[in-house]
Amino acid sequence: MAQNRARPISPHLSIWKWGAHMTTSIVHRITGDGMAVVGAMVLVWWLTAAATGQESYDYFLACAASPFGRFVLVGLTWAFFQHLASGLRHLVLDTGAGYELVTNRFWARLTFVFGVVATAAVWGYLLFVKG
Amino acid sequence: MGTGTGLGRVRGLGSARHGGGHWVLHRMTAVSNLLLMLWLLFSLLRLPAYDYQTIRLWLEQPIVAVPMILLVVSVFWHFRMGLQVLIEDYVHEEGLKFASLVALTFYTFGSGALAVFAIAKIALTGTAH
Repeated sequence: MAQNRARPISPHLSIWKWGAHMTTSIVHRITGDGMAVVGAMVLVWWLTAAATGQESYDYFLACAASPFGRFVLVGLTWAFFQHLASGLRHLVLDTGAGYELVTNRFWARLTFVFGVVATAAVWGYLLFVKG
Repeated sequence: MGTGTGLGRVRGLGSARHGGGHWVLHRMTAVSNLLLMLWLLFSLLRLPAYDYQTIRLWLEQPIVAVPMILLVVSVFWHFRMGLQVLIEDYVHEEGLKFASLVALTFYTFGSGALAVFAIAKIALTGTAH
């Protein structure tokens, strides 16, 4: 069966104008896969240290309180909230709703607002309210 | 694989008939992750401190240890499916793809077992001194 070369095929990604929904999509993947590696390692380390003993746990705490540890924890908090927001957006899109251009762009952008605001709220509470 | 007709060329390349199950489980674990992670987040925020004694006494309660184990199962199951899709999207060489999926499965079960065992040890042995 000869293929008709003139048939339209799926265009390459680069011909599309970049939009908020595309950023949300790739950031959903990056935050999810990032948490799967870094977040899972931190969770396993935290639990294993607590199960091992005082010394192991104190070492974990010292690492978590270091500037780099804080950077990782704040990053994971942001990744969690960002992935949560874009994940909820995915569940709505799965029902077939929210594909109108303006609606789609609005919720795609809102996931970033939510991610940053929720991260700031959690760390603001931890550092300034609880001290 | 046939070389003649269009049908002959595509036979055997179709769905493995597992895609739908993967898709539904990814969403189902997304919902359980949402519930369990929000539980963990608010529980941690409500703790008075994060030192060894506080965390041990908190984790050893059945009402904490059980949701924590469920969280590990749900989250690790979910991220294994997510990383599987990542590998299937970007690794196209069959041998390397298979090796990556094997490594992913080992990573998930290895780290997941470690986490569940740690929780169980804390819950079943009580606070160590």
